[in-house]
Amino acid sequence: MSELFTPYMVLLIFAGAVATYLTRIGGYLLIARLKSVPPRLDAALNAVPAAVLTTLVAPAFFSGGNDVKVAMAVALVVGIRFSAIPLLISGWVAVMAMRYLIG
Amino acid sequence: MNSDFADGLRGSVPILVSTIPFAALFGAVAVGNGQTVAEATLMSAIVFAGASQLVGIELFGHNVPIWVIVLSIFAVNFRHILYSAAIAPFIRHFSGIQKAVSLFLLTDPQFAETLTRGEIGRKVSFAWYFGFASTIYIGWVATTAVGAFFGSMIGDPAAIGIDVLLPIYFMSLVLGFRRRANFLPVVAVSAIVAVVAHRTVGSPWHVTIGALAGVALAALLPPRAPAISGPALGEAGE
Repeated sequence: MSELFTPYMVLLIFAGAVATYLTRIGGYLLIARLKSVPPRLDAALNAVPAAVLTTLVAPAFFSGGNDVKVAMAVALVVGIRFSAIPLLISGWVAVMAMRYLIG
Repeated sequence: MNSDFADGLRGSVPILVSTIPFAALFGAVAVGNGQTVAEATLMSAIVFAGASQLVGIELFGHNVPIWVIVLSIFAVNFRHILYSAAIAPFIRHFSGIQKAVSLFLLTDPQFAETLTRGEIGRKVSFAWYFGFASTIYIGWVATTAVGAFFGSMIGDPAAIGIDVLLPIYFMSLVLGFRRRANFLPVVAVSAIVAVVAHRTVGSPWHVTIGALAGVALAALLPPRAPAISGPALGEAGE
């Protein structure tokens, strides 16, 4: 691990960067060719962020231990009533309490 | 300083609360999986998409062929295709090079904030967009380097509760969309399909499969009044 870069890893990183940039420009290039957005496509695009982000949340809940489950449940309740920062803090406090106070 | 740029810089400071631990975590995990500090920093600087970077590093640690790793990175980042389509009406007035730069800097919070700003009728200027992205980008890349450098000192991320920040951060983003049409059915279907796919097909495919299920449901439900169109295409310009 004395060298700064290894050729294989740099190739992997650049390939990953190109693949990622393609996803970032892809939607814009596609939509730029459409004059107007059909209602169903509009509804579909409207649902994208909640749908994608949910897939990062739900499996984490079910594959997490009880500490993670409690923390996520607390964060959800706090998040519905308050904003993002109290949500993050309460979730973190809950997981630390579960790990160090309740064990 | 351009006030839109300053607004943008300030606007994304709260995002750092979740970006910084995540970037430090990525740096530490990357070094743990065999990247050098320089490689981890390079990856954050040119891929700039945390979840996919973690997936790439994880697969690299398991000796998976490079094309599978790149395809997995593409799958995790597939949402950006939908993001860049959704913000298209609001950045249409940017110049070509501004669009190229802006789309490189497109992240989950950048997307959510740009869409929100555009939908309530505030002008999405390049200065604001670039400012908002700059705080996130600099925080992301710099903290990756620091996290990689101190990787061995962090040890077990679970010991200081870092591991739980990522899912609850994503949860806060989901909640931000709760007043949208079809929110509950979309979230319910995406959650169920993602959990099933996670157990059967495996990670990272549950992301794309679960998301497509929710998006397909939204397309199939009876259409309501357009919500994301905001200003008609082409009217968002100067």
